[in-house]
Amino acid sequence: MTALSFSLKDNPRLDRWLRFQDDHTVRIGTGKVELGQGVLTALAQIAAEELDLRIDQVRMMSGNSVEGPGEGYTASSWSIEHSGAAIRLVAAEVRALALARAALRLNAAPDELTVADGAFLKNGAPSGIDYWSIAGELDLSAEATGAVAPKPQGAHRLVGRSVPRLDLPAKLTGSGFIQDMMLAGMLHARTLRQPGPGAVLLQLDETIIRRRAGGDVRIVRLDNFVAFVGTDETAVRAAAVAATECAVWDNALSLSPEQATPDWVASQPSDDRLMGAPSPEKATDRVSARFTRPFLSHGSIAPSCAIALYRDGILTVWSHAQGMHPLRENIARTVGFSLDAVACHHVQGAGCYGHNGADDAALDAALVALALPDQPIRLMWRREEEFGYEPLSSAMTVAVHAELDAAGRPVDWTTEIWSATHGQRPGVGGASLLAAHAMKTPPPDRKPFDIPLERGGGAARNGIPLYDIGPKRIELHLIHDVPLRTSSLRGLGATLNVFAIEGLLDDLAGRAGEDPVAYRLAILSDPRARRVLEKAAAMANWSSRDAGGAGSGLGIGLARYKNSSAYAAVVAAVDVDEAVRVTDIWCAVDAGLAINPDGILNQIEGNIVQAISWTLIEEVRFGPQGIATLDWESYPVIRFSQIPEIRVELVEASEYPPLGVGECAGGPSAAAIGNAVAHALGTRIHHMPMTRDRIMAALMA
Amino acid sequence: MNECLTLNVNGQVHELDVPSTAPLLDVLRNHLGLKGSRYGCGLEQCGACMVLIDGVAAYSCSREIGTLSGRTITTVEGLGSADALHPLQQAFLDEQAGQCGYCLSGILIAAKAFLDRNPDPTRAEIAAALDANLCRCGSHPRILRAVLKAAADMREKVA
Repeated sequence: MTALSFSLKDNPRLDRWLRFQDDHTVRIGTGKVELGQGVLTALAQIAAEELDLRIDQVRMMSGNSVEGPGEGYTASSWSIEHSGAAIRLVAAEVRALALARAALRLNAAPDELTVADGAFLKNGAPSGIDYWSIAGELDLSAEATGAVAPKPQGAHRLVGRSVPRLDLPAKLTGSGFIQDMMLAGMLHARTLRQPGPGAVLLQLDETIIRRRAGGDVRIVRLDNFVAFVGTDETAVRAAAVAATECAVWDNALSLSPEQATPDWVASQPSDDRLMGAPSPEKATDRVSARFTRPFLSHGSIAPSCAIALYRDGILTVWSHAQGMHPLRENIARTVGFSLDAVACHHVQGAGCYGHNGADDAALDAALVALALPDQPIRLMWRREEEFGYEPLSSAMTVAVHAELDAAGRPVDWTTEIWSATHGQRPGVGGASLLAAHAMKTPPPDRKPFDIPLERGGGAARNGIPLYDIGPKRIELHLIHDVPLRTSSLRGLGATLNVFAIEGLLDDLAGRAGEDPVAYRLAILSDPRARRVLEKAAAMANWSSRDAGGAGSGLGIGLARYKNSSAYAAVVAAVDVDEAVRVTDIWCAVDAGLAINPDGILNQIEGNIVQAISWTLIEEVRFGPQGIATLDWESYPVIRFSQIPEIRVELVEASEYPPLGVGECAGGPSAAAIGNAVAHALGTRIHHMPMTRDRIMAALMA
Repeated sequence: MNECLTLNVNGQVHELDVPSTAPLLDVLRNHLGLKGSRYGCGLEQCGACMVLIDGVAAYSCSREIGTLSGRTITTVEGLGSADALHPLQQAFLDEQAGQCGYCLSGILIAAKAFLDRNPDPTRAEIAAALDANLCRCGSHPRILRAVLKAAADMREKVA
């Protein structure tokens, strides 16, 4: 008996996951959604594997709050570990049920039968029946038992193969996105955003707005939420821009540039939590280092979009958000509907890399649809709206403290973290959808909350080093009163925590006069961690590393994501003159059983590129009117000419369960670059992004 | 003010009755139903909206339609279709060069215009040519490989 995964315990009925369809396909349901990470292809492989189907006989139904399983948000690299595990068990169980039924029909023993492309073979010969001929005789309303063991790894024919992404052909030929959906009679909509939760709209000159729109525009107003609606998208967009310029607000949010700094965040009152070993009596003779990073934007390439229709008492919403069951609950609660009256369907959008404006845009569209029944509403955010109103990833400070033994090795470790929350998804920790704050009765204030460590942690994610150190702890100073919404961005707190831990380790190796890789291996007993570390070092020809200090550097970083998911070791080579140029990245990953190796490589490459961008370039700035980085000029991200050679290899680990990989390389990449820059300069830069100014300051110091 | 203008899009001539200030992107998507060119920023900063105007890669999000009468536009739909992929589309598929894919239409267009000028480029030349196009998923290494492969495939076809 295989233990049921969380997803299967929450959704035990087989037919939530699997249904035989009349067109000789099998519909596989999942609550996890495609964000560009290739998850639907990997889940289809798992299903096709267990059912002995071809991949083209599987139809994925993803993010359907009416018929599909509820699996929360598509987040924290859980999809393969949770949804994949559920689909594997369900498919194995249904295959066994079908085989038993077919055996009766064919008057055969079940072990005389096999399945190929969905057809039953009797002693290897066609039997004339297939899944679909007996589907009506199977009771898939039964609950999964976990009693049927999935295939052994040696029998896999699809799992472990780099099946091409199912969604890519459409996306290369001009379709495939929610932005492309057209419904009959559909109207376009844009919003005027409330500038901060307490702001009150005093004045809105509709005459000016209509004139500037240059076409027919309806204005929908609900308390402090305003939308502009019409058939002409150009006019609707112009109306929203005009409204933003002419609206008069009371109590609008105002920020100062200083509030965007990690130091300002760390200086605010905090809710303090200790995780791990008790604090030492007296911290003597500790070696400490303090690292920071600024607020970051998700920077989705597309502004958020949603479509909503209110007809016959049912509110239907199409959205690219990360969980359709949570979205249904949040929208229903906000508009005062029962769950049965709201249906949410996932349609793919641009990559989000965490909690961006997608959920909020869905509520916006729903509010307009409720005001204008029977007309489909396509609501899209403006670029400056996405940058200005999506949740940010919190600025952070991390101070790492190590007590050393006589050999200079750490024997006691504290990771001290100052951060706002990384978990403010709607419905989590009392958080609400954005426009809920614009309604007459705004939601109650949140209490201090961050994702608990047993669910991967938020700010504290990867705060405990994976090395053999003795007592290890996290002291989290959770800052509640930050002026802007903060939530999950790929990697959450892990990016800075790993940057800090691995940075101090390099400093400690230097003090001990040891090579950074050798120093790590001396305090690392986890064989899987050792293997990726040694592999990445070998890929990078680490043994040829010079003494450094001459403008070129080689640095290493290692982590196991969430201390429970994939292992990644990264080596970065950099050239530093006035700026940092990453020239090469070598990365080794242990993902356990790899469902789709090329899909994993694609995710890891992307995570590395994004981490280079965070480490060297990205920084949200504030101004009097709120976020000041509202376009790609003021919030630059990495470009093609800044892309290094990237080599990623998976170590063979198929005897272990599959692990989530999409976020595993970010922290180690940031750390490797930080350590490579320190190696190149002979002095460490403790602050992300490592800009020209910071390099100059480090060299002058 | 509306004015009647003609536009050749993907080989088909359209008579359009739209405000002369309407952005080309809105006309392509909402009047002609060509959804492949994408709205990313509306500021000519990300490249998701790129189309060919008389063979030159150009932003369409802010380009007023009134300035384009008589011009020839090619969108990603005009490069190739699912049944008859352009060598660039085929190479992107072969290299699995994409994650979310939202930037790909503009990148395919920019790459097409570039390879028309430089059929035998280096990786660095391709990177420089695509620097106006943002990809947020980090598919850059694969995209660079795919454009190199497409260039080789297209040279082979010509030879």
